[in-house]
Amino acid sequence: MTAVSRSESPKAVRGRRSYSLAIGAGLLGLIAAAAVLAPWITPYDPLAHDLESILAPPSSEHLLGTDHLGRDVWTRLLHAARLDLLIGIGAVITPFVTGTLLGAVAGYYGGRIDLVVSAATDMLFAFPYYVLIIALVFSLGPGIPSIFIAMAIVAWVSYARIVRGEVLSARGQQYVMAAKTLGYTDLRIIVRHILPNVITQPVTYAMSDIVVIIVGVVTLSYLGLGVPPPTPDWGSMIASGQSFLTTHWQLSTIPGIAVVLVGLSFSLIGDGLTHRLRPE
Amino acid sequence: MALRYFLRRLLRMIPVILGMTIIVFFMIHLVPGDPARTLLGPRAPAEAIEAFNLRWGFDRPLHEQFLSFLSGLLQGDLGTSMSYNVPTTELVAGRFTPTLLLMGIAALFAIVISLPLAVVAALREERTPDHVVRVIPMVGLGLPAFWVGILLLTFVALRVDWLPVGGYGATWPDRLIAMILPGLTVAIGIAPFTIRSLRSSLIEVMEADYIATARAKGLAGARVLWAHGLRNAVIPTVTVLGVNLGWLVGNTLIVEKVFALPGLGALMIDAVLERDFAVVQGLALIFGLLVVLVNLLADVVRASLDPRVQLT
Repeated sequence: MTAVSRSESPKAVRGRRSYSLAIGAGLLGLIAAAAVLAPWITPYDPLAHDLESILAPPSSEHLLGTDHLGRDVWTRLLHAARLDLLIGIGAVITPFVTGTLLGAVAGYYGGRIDLVVSAATDMLFAFPYYVLIIALVFSLGPGIPSIFIAMAIVAWVSYARIVRGEVLSARGQQYVMAAKTLGYTDLRIIVRHILPNVITQPVTYAMSDIVVIIVGVVTLSYLGLGVPPPTPDWGSMIASGQSFLTTHWQLSTIPGIAVVLVGLSFSLIGDGLTHRLRPE
Repeated sequence: MALRYFLRRLLRMIPVILGMTIIVFFMIHLVPGDPARTLLGPRAPAEAIEAFNLRWGFDRPLHEQFLSFLSGLLQGDLGTSMSYNVPTTELVAGRFTPTLLLMGIAALFAIVISLPLAVVAALREERTPDHVVRVIPMVGLGLPAFWVGILLLTFVALRVDWLPVGGYGATWPDRLIAMILPGLTVAIGIAPFTIRSLRSSLIEVMEADYIATARAKGLAGARVLWAHGLRNAVIPTVTVLGVNLGWLVGNTLIVEKVFALPGLGALMIDAVLERDFAVVQGLALIFGLLVVLVNLLADVVRASLDPRVQLT
């Protein structure tokens, strides 16, 4: 049974994968476009209070209703997308670069460097993710710059682990030996020969890492440690809606759906990339 | 044999624990910006900052502070809470039960959710059920745990009479009932990881020789899995839970806060909001140790389930 389905699968799999890449990219493109165009396609100021229409239900005037300060939810939702997407994508860059480089160096040289990098990754990995992030944001003080620093300190670990393993197995391969025989410098071998061959893994991982980071940012903001109010952000929107669950459940529900859609789009892209970039 | 393995694993944990202590200490102390400024605010008078530093020992050199932190730890002293002026250990003591209970129930729910889905996906690899199951983690990864908790509160707890809207019961039956929704929330948080890895380990199990033998005997696919595969699938389940433990524990932190459970996580978040330095530091360390210890437990369970695991 398995054997049969396997011989059928490659074509079917590739078809479905390019599907997931297209759907993911389309969804993300839509969300990103709405975020970028937010000031032009939303009719209100995200910070403007309108005490005449507090907690208004969805209507033609207020597409998704208003919150407890009379702010338009649709407007705030899109402005929040600007900020949360920007933080999510921005905060993944530093850990991606440092993790990949440290992992490559550790895997290539081995020995003492490897020992230090591996010990650091093991120890950081042992801590629950949110404990680290919350403790770091605590000592740095709440706010967006702290989120960037905290993610830079915590998130590199996964990239280092992934790349180290890949480089370790690439080190023994012929193309690396050949480059060594030609007398190329280690730097050149790592950057020009090994990294292009192993970069797929950290790139696809980065897609799910962005999701984890955005969820982390939203969680921190929910706890009051992330984006400071009144700046629109999905986490603080969910938090402020929590007081009105019995009467206005949509206030907490809608921003969460936005987070899930963003997460889904990045996951689909990652899934599609994994299979698109996998060497045949 | 098993005992020797256990003791050796325990010994091997010593450098890990020392490393974690270093990380926790320097995370709080070395990070740019000094604690007095963070805690007292940017406009605090110089005398207040000086007094603060003197009171909490921040005026001493860093290595001295670390050594006194370490020697305190060895005597079971986690420092003194700045908001309550009592030892951190005293604050923490009563908080273990709800957290451990939540972790246990969440792990149970995670197995109940992911094992059937993973079995279905593995049996129908590359067919519709498999594709459906593979989309679940994609949605699940982007679910903020606190939001899932809020949804369950809104749409389940508020509508079902016998479920409390947050809080922790006074009696054990009440406590177990109070854990249902939080446990489910944490389980949904780790399900994306457990489903994904279980699916691939089950596919691996189904390719093993003894499965081929069972098939050759003429047993049908599902029967093969239940009779031969599942026992072997429990082992990867334990491993997968162990690997994702950090994520599970991290989610309990947030979920305790949403459901107002008096556990370690809620205490840590309160301590962060109250800027209670020593308690945050102590709890970060406790959480790290908790993960290391439960991982050890998972290893021991796996070793006793699987005769192939070499106890060395």
